[in-house]
Amino acid sequence: MIFLLQKTLIYTAPLLIVALGGMFSERSGVINLALEGEMIFGAFIGAISARLFLEAGVFSNMQLQFIVVLLISAASGAIFSLLLSFSAIKLKADQTIGGTALNMLAPAIVNAFALAFFNMEKIQMPANFQGYVIKNPDATPIEQIFADKAYISTYVIVVVFILLSIWIYKTRTGMRMRACGEHPQAAASVGVNVFKMRYLGTTISGALAGLGGYAYIATVANGTAESSIAGMGFLALAIMIFGNWKPVGIFFGALLFGFLKCIGPVYNSVDFLKNLGLPMYFYNIIPYAVVLVVLAITAKKSGCPKAEGIPYDKGMR
Amino acid sequence: MNMSGFMKKEGVKSVISSVLCILAGVLLGFIIMVLLALFNDRTSIGDAVKGLGILLAGPFSSGNAAYIVTNVGDMIFYSTPLIMTGLSVAIAYKTGLFNIGAAGQFYMGTLAALMIALNADTNGSPAMGFLVWLAALLTAMLAGMIWGAIPGFFKAVFNVNEVIVCIMTNWISANIVTWIFTNTPDLINRSAGKSGYLITTAVTGNGTPKLGLDQVFKGSYIDMGILVAIALAIVIYVILTKTTFGYELRACGSNKYGARCAGMNEKRNIIVSMAIAGGLAAIGGALYYLNPGIELKFDTAYSQLPSYGFNGIPVALLGSNNPIAVIFVGIFIRFLSLGGDHLTSAGYNKYISDIIVALIIYFAGFSMFFKGFITKLARKKEKAAEEAAKAAVQKPSVEGEKTGAKADEAAPEKALTEGKEAETK
Repeated sequence: MIFLLQKTLIYTAPLLIVALGGMFSERSGVINLALEGEMIFGAFIGAISARLFLEAGVFSNMQLQFIVVLLISAASGAIFSLLLSFSAIKLKADQTIGGTALNMLAPAIVNAFALAFFNMEKIQMPANFQGYVIKNPDATPIEQIFADKAYISTYVIVVVFILLSIWIYKTRTGMRMRACGEHPQAAASVGVNVFKMRYLGTTISGALAGLGGYAYIATVANGTAESSIAGMGFLALAIMIFGNWKPVGIFFGALLFGFLKCIGPVYNSVDFLKNLGLPMYFYNIIPYAVVLVVLAITAKKSGCPKAEGIPYDKGMR
Repeated sequence: MNMSGFMKKEGVKSVISSVLCILAGVLLGFIIMVLLALFNDRTSIGDAVKGLGILLAGPFSSGNAAYIVTNVGDMIFYSTPLIMTGLSVAIAYKTGLFNIGAAGQFYMGTLAALMIALNADTNGSPAMGFLVWLAALLTAMLAGMIWGAIPGFFKAVFNVNEVIVCIMTNWISANIVTWIFTNTPDLINRSAGKSGYLITTAVTGNGTPKLGLDQVFKGSYIDMGILVAIALAIVIYVILTKTTFGYELRACGSNKYGARCAGMNEKRNIIVSMAIAGGLAAIGGALYYLNPGIELKFDTAYSQLPSYGFNGIPVALLGSNNPIAVIFVGIFIRFLSLGGDHLTSAGYNKYISDIIVALIIYFAGFSMFFKGFITKLARKKEKAAEEAAKAAVQKPSVEGEKTGAKADEAAPEKALTEGKEAETK
């Protein structure tokens, strides 16, 4: 049971922060379908920098290195997302197509560059990246859930999640950003620079996706950055819709889907699930099927930002 | 017809903007190759130029004539599933839907087709083989239609974004494929050195008929699948442009509310359109894996989606969602990736062509921008032509106009000299 809860937390963290990223972009008015691609790209750059750091022995403290690499991944995700914001905001292109293009571009870049520079199709971090994991096997059960086989990324993500949630609701810039997603013309009429706000929202979104991407490969995917991240980005998007574009909803959605998503890979180590005799594929399907059911129930009372996906046109009032 | 009028035509504009997208994508791909050459000891700038040549030559980049014939045959074969998924994305797009679920529908078609074809051993009876093949193809279509109707249903009834539903159904179908085939031990190829592959229709004798095409393109995989794809493209074209039903689909795509006001059942149209899209993508999967030479690696299918599903998107976009154009674009995209496969001879890897295809989609996103640019260009030319015509008419009669024009021409010089005078003062 403790094991399952530990795994749930590990799976929840990336979903939580990437879903919040999706929210930032959509609340500012840009549909960010490229979360998946931004995660892949962030994870790729993160894995490369972790490799270089480990080989050069830059950091003696692994936790410090983990945090630095998370920041690097966030920065690379933000830079990658500029491709999307440029086409969606500046050129008023179709945001769905732009996002899809980025989702195809990221894996191609990973494969092409990994082959060109490292002679393999994916980047594997050296084995001593295992130093990321925090171990406290002797703690009490409750402490074990949070502090044994745990990762510092989970706590970084929770802190960032809380700070940004407060920021978007309580600060002036945050409120302006949300206004741009609801009624950009009204926001513009009181002097808000809609383009700037949308660039900001999409860039934060890309940064969070990049961070989540590296957190995912460092904690879940055995430190391997490859051309696929198994639909995590899209799952995060679904969690955002499930959470009705609000941080609290996203928090519970991420917990639920983190739990569902972790069953497939770990059911073999949990006795009562193993005894059911169902194949892994069944457990893999559950989160996706639950998304469909949940969307069908919740879509009617949607808190979807009114202006998302519509390029801002100054002349339209 | 004069040039500017020609350029104003919608179809011509689409073609030009597609060509611009492709050129921009290839150019950026070339820049990436140059950058790779600069930062990597294995390749030089010369290799980048060579790589560009290989990319642009596609199947012809091989020097040997026999290889070229085989390569062209393979290019046509591998473009068949692309054309099908391209048609799938295109018809959904015409109805205002983004079918990113072609990958899952492709898998469902593969699953249904192989379950029928590989379970029926018809070796020795070509007639039975053909019937089983037909049954497999039709079952695949049906399976794909049902699978494709799911996102349509969610969109029409619950108003859920079809993109999310498509992605979810993609991953569900990928897991279903591996799940089902791990439980069919008779269909698994257990010959030495094979792991995770299914047997092919070469064993059961009900592959897609070749119709002698394999004699024309010796040594290639080509079969009559391409003819099926072309026929279906024509059928879709006729449905979309010549029938009431097709008109309704397009009406829903251009304005959902308008279509509803005109008495059309837009919900039904959304579901039917997605079902057709699903059927087309599924036929793509079936035609690909019913070829006797293609084997399905089923054991890892659950963890990766078929690239054919996603590459249908650039095919549809570059073809402006026109079914006939989709045929040519499908072959073109395969042409590019075939060039990519040969890139190793210049020291690059095949994924460069994936980058280029992704960039082309990226540029296709702002094809509206390109189109606007072309319209502007056409207008400019038109204006210039008009002025030239005016000048030609007025030349012999009005002397004053001419001097006026001359005066205008001289004006900047005058201003300049005046400025100089002012300076000297």
